[in-house]
Amino acid sequence: MSKLKIIANGIIKDNPTFALVLGMCPTLGTTTSAINGFGMGVATMFVLIMSNIVISAVARFIPNKVRIPSYIVIISTFVTIVQLLMQAYLPSLYETLGLFIPLIVVNCIVLGRAEAFANKNTVGDSACDGLGIGLGFTLSLTVIGLVREILGSGSAFGLKFISGDGVLAFVLAPGAFIVLGYLMVLFNKFVAKKE
Amino acid sequence: MAKESTFKNMVIVLGLICLICSALLAVVYSVTEDPIADALIAKTNDAISQVLPEYDNMPGEESSLVEVNGQKYVVYTARKGESITGYAVESKAAGFGGELKLMVGFDAATGDIYNVYVISHSETPGLGAKISDNSPGNFKEQFKGFNPAEKVLKVHQEGGDVDAITASTITSKAFTSAVSSAYDVYRQLKGDSADGVTSATQTNIGGGNDE
Repeated sequence: MSKLKIIANGIIKDNPTFALVLGMCPTLGTTTSAINGFGMGVATMFVLIMSNIVISAVARFIPNKVRIPSYIVIISTFVTIVQLLMQAYLPSLYETLGLFIPLIVVNCIVLGRAEAFANKNTVGDSACDGLGIGLGFTLSLTVIGLVREILGSGSAFGLKFISGDGVLAFVLAPGAFIVLGYLMVLFNKFVAKKE
Repeated sequence: MAKESTFKNMVIVLGLICLICSALLAVVYSVTEDPIADALIAKTNDAISQVLPEYDNMPGEESSLVEVNGQKYVVYTARKGESITGYAVESKAAGFGGELKLMVGFDAATGDIYNVYVISHSETPGLGAKISDNSPGNFKEQFKGFNPAEKVLKVHQEGGDVDAITASTITSKAFTSAVSSAYDVYRQLKGDSADGVTSATQTNIGGGNDE
């Protein structure tokens, strides 16, 4: 499989949000605006790429029975690094995402890719897989966030285009489910047509 | 792919991984420690500069602890020349989604609220979160120039003079009560300076040349 194919797979065929339906907790929780969704996506992508690279490099030295604990330690190290860096250099983003950053550790996408891909593929392929899945996650979260922001607050990426409020329900939890559902339908229709 | 799991190699591998990871974290922590502290200070200074009238000292460095009704509050004092121009009081209350932290600035002479800054909150986005809204006609704006001695610091429903945010009465009440406890702190500060007694604070807040 070519590198490009692996990346494209992560965005389209194995799109973590719309196709694999993994990591729903941060997806529903952080997408109140486009920029929040984007930030969460990028943070997850960084962790995903780094953990995929490291895990694919060391997987053959790790005894089978301590595989999962080892992966968790590696993943949580990168998550903590992201958290510290964000707190130091992007404090305003950290304030919005703060609660969800530690949750990347238990995000099934990261451990899932380590188990399903990184531990049986080369470092290069695993990095591409991390990048592809990460991009897929970032794009999905940004789109969900954008739709919720436009409908709920009447703004896009923080720029207001109507005065007053939109349909408040879209900023709240029920709106997250509704937008996710409809986008999933559209995404699968579009992908099914292509194949 | 993976190696056979014997007790020895499991212990060695897991131990090594933990050791390397903690060493890496120690490095990142020591690098980011200062920027994180700076970011916190910058945020406090930003809050102070928005809620205080004109000053020429560094209120961020002139903080004191004031105790009112068993609660401790951090107060920043603004001075211009010799006279005190205002106080910024850090205050908090239990909101709808969690703790609500505000910085409330008072004009030292009149007791008018100069401005209110929301330090942190966890209110519902789109509803209670409007307390930190900065667009024209926002909730916070009604507190500018509000004098709690002349008007009642309570929401309309409770017979006060504060317009609550539609559908966010709990948040509005919490916000108002945080402002109100900040005002209690201000009153205590004024009471102390009127008596000419140094208050139970770390810095000397006496004076009253501005009266």
